[in-house]
Amino acid sequence: MSPAAPAPTAPGGTDAAARAAGSPPPRPSLRRLLGRPELGSVVGAAAVLVFFSVVADSFLRASSLSTVLYAASTIGIMAVPVALLMIGGEFDLSAGVLVTTSALVSSMFSYQMTANVWVGIGVSLAVTLAVGVFNGVMLVRTKLPSFIVTLGTFLMLTGLNLGLTKLISGTVSTKGIGDMEGFASARVLFASRLDLGGGIGVRVTVVWWLALVALATWVLLRTRAGNWIFAVGGDQEAARAVGVPVARTKVALYTAVAFCAWVSGQHLLMSFDVVQSGEGVGNEFLYIIAAVIGGCLMTGGYGSAIGSAVGALIFGMTSKGIVYAQWDQDWFKFFLGAMLLLATLLNAWVRKKAEATA
Amino acid sequence: MTDGRRTAGDGAAAAGGGEAPLLELTGIGKDYGAVRALEGVSLTVRAGEITCVLGDNGAGKSTLIKIVSGLHRHDAGTYRIGGEEVVLGSPREALDRGIATVHQDLAVVPLMPVWRNFFLGSELTRGRGPLRRLDVRAMRATTRDALLRMGIDLHDVDRPIGTLSGGQRQCTAIARAVHFGAKVLVLDEPTAALGVKQAGVVLKYVAAARDAGLGVVLITHNPHHAHLVGDRFVLLKRGTMAGSHAREEISLEELTRQMAGGSELEQIGHELERASLRRRDPAPDGAPEPDGEQARGGGPGGGRNPGEGGR
Repeated sequence: MSPAAPAPTAPGGTDAAARAAGSPPPRPSLRRLLGRPELGSVVGAAAVLVFFSVVADSFLRASSLSTVLYAASTIGIMAVPVALLMIGGEFDLSAGVLVTTSALVSSMFSYQMTANVWVGIGVSLAVTLAVGVFNGVMLVRTKLPSFIVTLGTFLMLTGLNLGLTKLISGTVSTKGIGDMEGFASARVLFASRLDLGGGIGVRVTVVWWLALVALATWVLLRTRAGNWIFAVGGDQEAARAVGVPVARTKVALYTAVAFCAWVSGQHLLMSFDVVQSGEGVGNEFLYIIAAVIGGCLMTGGYGSAIGSAVGALIFGMTSKGIVYAQWDQDWFKFFLGAMLLLATLLNAWVRKKAEATA
Repeated sequence: MTDGRRTAGDGAAAAGGGEAPLLELTGIGKDYGAVRALEGVSLTVRAGEITCVLGDNGAGKSTLIKIVSGLHRHDAGTYRIGGEEVVLGSPREALDRGIATVHQDLAVVPLMPVWRNFFLGSELTRGRGPLRRLDVRAMRATTRDALLRMGIDLHDVDRPIGTLSGGQRQCTAIARAVHFGAKVLVLDEPTAALGVKQAGVVLKYVAAARDAGLGVVLITHNPHHAHLVGDRFVLLKRGTMAGSHAREEISLEELTRQMAGGSELEQIGHELERASLRRRDPAPDGAPEPDGEQARGGGPGGGRNPGEGGR
């Protein structure tokens, strides 16, 4: 292949030297398994599953598992883009309230301006994506840390959600739009329940969630964009030096978060009909927790979408498992915090093992 | 997009011939505001040759490399690439003209596999539209082959590049530049952070790149490494040319002497000698009297240099 292969200058001794400087005999398959970012979280999820199966008799019933999956999907839909963003080296603290913003916009626009819910949903998509682009452009233009930029957006959106809703609706929640044209069809897309037969069903959000995980995994591992996401999170300057469009990648990541916030927001609206304007605060941390439990490195450059899904599943199992075990719900946050610490420690340990094998 | 590689070897035919050199810098100067960083520096790079740029810290090596690689524009002199006068505005322009720079920090993402790093920014893809995807198999195989051609046998290109040794990483970066069709390879201190053995391995790959027909600019402050592989040597000192020699004109000793500042080094040598004499002398006397010792060792020079100030 090479036009002038320097075969004579590559004597056997060179190979030996390179090998000597390298690694012990390889065990690629084992190492590759240990090297998967989500391994720690899979072990954790199995432990949580066993734990609640033992302490709560009803936990393993199909209906319970369906509830668990639903709870997992509401967090999981957002955990996917948040994980991608974290792999790309950034945070989005505005993700939680952006979901509420998205729901508020489509509800209020539909109610005030038109008779069709779909128009509001379209406007909401535009507004939500604009917020995502704003986050991304602010980040790459000002070069401020994403923590600050999105903290600003978070506070502004929190204020806008409350202020504008009160201004327009007169109360802190929106008016019902359940009788409007298009609501039924929108509900099918965002908040329906699919019957699998035998009384077992899954919520449509689970389908959204799994589809997003599959799409994100494909993008991450099999497209140029995925390569760039890992690169900008791993070493931004190095990525820039070899021609990776760093700014474009980051803006796209924030836009992806916004898109998923729109999906979540429409689900919120379609399942409850009315939206409380103060909702969503604090949820951004649940998304981040799911991503971190799933093996995403806080400093970027490492992680997986599947891991975020496992993280969300752990969240779902814990939050519902406590109910099935008939414990006080107040314990949930404690468990979540303990889980976060354990998972992070486990991940760190697994990664160290993987690197030692390498 | 399926093959970003241009032929690297066409320059080999011209090696040492009468054609225009790959790079020719004449009387290059650069000011940073009021500070003159570089003045009147000339440099020629031919295909199949290694031109070494030597100098101490602050001699202007990195300014020169930034001009060559397109990070900075020069303020004075001419810069010709293949006979054509240019003013480079960005590293991308330099890259498009076949000048690849391997910086000291190597521009690799440590946690990413070797093959992903190798193709980062120039990924191979197949399929169209939404189905356009990475050609993982081809990239893995190409990476393995390209490394093997440079004499690096890496059994597992899925390893994070951060787990490779410094020398292997350096060689991977060189192999990447060669693979993507560089005609001129600019290496910024490739051996600086390496042990003796690793440095030797890297120099072997530098020679391999030369034998593949590339022109190489090797920036270093180590005259031993430079003299092992260099065809010509440009010495920089405080932003100016302190000398330019072909290989046959200069010995390693002379190169080392000039590199270290010639007479400056000699003076330092004398001072060190005096200092060590002083330290050794008092023992046999059994009289470590500070004053007497200093009087004996200090000699007629009288002027104390900072190195002696320790006591």
